[in-house]
Amino acid sequence: MAGTRTLVGCGTAALIALLSIQVHGQVTSQRLTAANTEPQNWLTYSGNYSSHRFSPLDQITPANVKNLELQWVYQAPVAGNWQTTPLVVDGMMYLTQRPNDIVALDAVTGRAFWIYRYTPNPDRIVCCGANNRGVAILGDTLFMGTLDAHLVAVDAKSGRQIWKTEVATTTAGYSITHAPLVVKDKVIVGVGGGEYGIRGFVAAYSAETGKELWRFYTIPGPGEKGHETWEACPQKSDSFCDPDAWKHGGGSIWMTGSYDPKLNLTYWGVGNVGPDYAGAQRPGDNLYTDSVVALDVDKGTLRWHYQFTPHDVYDYDSVQVPVLVDNWGRTGIDALVWANRNGNYYALDRATGKFLLGRPFVKVNWMSEFDERGRPIQTPQPPGQPTYPGNQGGTNWYSPSFSPRTNLFYLSAWEDYASIYGPSPVEYRQGINFTGGGPRPYGPVPGAPSFQRAPINTWTESAGHGAVIALDVANGDQKWKFNMTDVTDSGILTTASNLLFAGGREGYFQALDARTGTLLWKTNLGGPINSGPMSFRVGNKQYVATVSGLSLFVFALRE
Amino acid sequence: MRIVCGVVMAAATIALVSAQAPTQPLHDAQYPDVDIALGAKLYAARCITCHGAQGDAIGGVNLRSGKFRKVVTDRDIATFVRAGSPAAGMPPFALDDTDMAGIIAYLRNMNTFDAATVKGGDPSRGRAVFEGKGACVTCHRVGRTGSHVAPDLTDIGAIRSAGSIQRSLLDPNSQMMPINRPVRLVMKDGTIVNGRRLNEDTYSVQVIDEKERLRSILKSEVRDYTISKSSPMPSYAKTLTSDELADLLGYLLSLKGQ
Repeated sequence: MAGTRTLVGCGTAALIALLSIQVHGQVTSQRLTAANTEPQNWLTYSGNYSSHRFSPLDQITPANVKNLELQWVYQAPVAGNWQTTPLVVDGMMYLTQRPNDIVALDAVTGRAFWIYRYTPNPDRIVCCGANNRGVAILGDTLFMGTLDAHLVAVDAKSGRQIWKTEVATTTAGYSITHAPLVVKDKVIVGVGGGEYGIRGFVAAYSAETGKELWRFYTIPGPGEKGHETWEACPQKSDSFCDPDAWKHGGGSIWMTGSYDPKLNLTYWGVGNVGPDYAGAQRPGDNLYTDSVVALDVDKGTLRWHYQFTPHDVYDYDSVQVPVLVDNWGRTGIDALVWANRNGNYYALDRATGKFLLGRPFVKVNWMSEFDERGRPIQTPQPPGQPTYPGNQGGTNWYSPSFSPRTNLFYLSAWEDYASIYGPSPVEYRQGINFTGGGPRPYGPVPGAPSFQRAPINTWTESAGHGAVIALDVANGDQKWKFNMTDVTDSGILTTASNLLFAGGREGYFQALDARTGTLLWKTNLGGPINSGPMSFRVGNKQYVATVSGLSLFVFALRE
Repeated sequence: MRIVCGVVMAAATIALVSAQAPTQPLHDAQYPDVDIALGAKLYAARCITCHGAQGDAIGGVNLRSGKFRKVVTDRDIATFVRAGSPAAGMPPFALDDTDMAGIIAYLRNMNTFDAATVKGGDPSRGRAVFEGKGACVTCHRVGRTGSHVAPDLTDIGAIRSAGSIQRSLLDPNSQMMPINRPVRLVMKDGTIVNGRRLNEDTYSVQVIDEKERLRSILKSEVRDYTISKSSPMPSYAKTLTSDELADLLGYLLSLKGQ
């Protein structure tokens, strides 16, 4: 019995000691806010709250990048498009793999510590693949949204689930595919399902308990500001018009937002309106679809919004990652810059939403110019004629990058790419595709591919091509362009040593000089690169990681 | 101080393990009494309305007979129960592995087992034992409480059978999974890493160490590598009363995860 007492006493003392040690290793809210002071880590989906996807590391340089060498590979056990960006925290890597696993790896060797497996509801309804783009972390807890629209909290040391919260009903078309954003003590997520007539929202949950703290509907209901943009149907109409269009007006959220601690605002891009193409049945601007919304982090209330594509009939989701740039163009304005799927590059005052700049970065013919308030003057093309950019956009969800070193904004673009739109009326039925027609690709011959191409790229330049474009962040001037034969879904990483890493559908992972666009190094990884590269350091070694095909590849300089 | 504690803890562990009580007699060679008892409770809660206390309330079906019309093996029973028999009006039952082991054990022993003898543990009292006298949280974790040094028990009541959990309490060595074995690594620079193994390959081993840090260690940097087959967990056969053990088991069986 004496032995038992001793045992308990020692255990308690040990436990207290362990807890005090644990605190130092935890990812606090303060660490997330000051992520730039931890260049060795990658603490959020986009690297920091400003979503620069910029690494302050500079061991790998334009001069030595040719000496990059593969360090390790992690192969996913489930086939399919892999879009994750790993987090790295003090030598630990956390990433997601299909359908909703979280894997904890040693960032130096790629060996696994644990795998958390979540089995989504088999009756889930998810548009566009079983994608997941990553986790968020706070303390010793990881957070992941699931394909069946749940949010889970998982112990980062053991991989055990701590709590699970149903965010929305998956059988009604709701899902979560993006990495959550942790701010203060909240986990913020939105819902996908824009092709299934959802009513989208962004919501914040207690990181401790999973309890919902606030919810902002991206489709305002009756009596709420913005609801008037869901206009009444005309008395007489030649085509079908839905008097309750707002109830299933889309406005999905499927990419991670950003956060400005000074303004206490979080910014989220909102997806397409539903139905995507049958605009006649939902008259009005259809707020807040295709918009950016600035929300008070504590209350979830709307501070301002800007709509990129009012009354969209092209599926121009505005879910792109919001990029925050301080002292934009040396004007003293803290801006939010945005390369939109609709083909325009924008700058907005992120405190007020004031329109500062809008100009195309690819060919655009759905609009001609902006009015003085920044509203696009739309120029719908005649039936059967191509609309630029095409359905997949001038860019899409691919993470852009901003380098404070070069003051350039980098994006993956689709150039010379158009679609021909054919809307058709559609009645809402829960869980049934609700797009209202569809686009077909514009090409020199019938049957040109839309966005899925075979390993043999038989269409080459005839159906658009991909590019990395560098824009002057202040005025949108194109500084340089790196062309690719096939299109690209790759995110972009820049580093403090003026390197840019990006890939594409062709499977090449390449390093460019971020100042000039000059190709410095490339390797063929054999599978499409559909995620955003990231960088981290363990010990004295800088690593660069990217997913290609079904594998995660990690590089560092040859020793 | 830490070294002294470690020595005392090890000594206590050895003493407790060597003094362990024999495992509980098995009812039918392979079905521990605690599994049968758990199954009896589940049967009373979820099956008795249709099948009756004697298992013969549905015509042509006599569960006490030990013979079933459509199933032969235990796996067959699990598949049948989980799928149900909609044509016969039986719904599917989504039982976790622990509860399924209990139901199977009870169905296999329904003819001889006296459900009236079931002495159910109280989960709330068991939690007090877990966090108090048993000092289980010193090493184990449930939800956000406890340590990561030993395996997380948040969902132990859904993944391990009642019999297995009981054997863990009485004879920890018998139930320790190889991957969980304690390891001691002496690095070439003389530093020592003690921890629980999480993963291992030809060239590296991943552990969670005494300070709850996840560490991946290259074997090329290790001078001496010892894997212990003795669990650091003490047997509770003599340190807890039978009532406390029953309560503790009841608590662990209630841990179904989130």
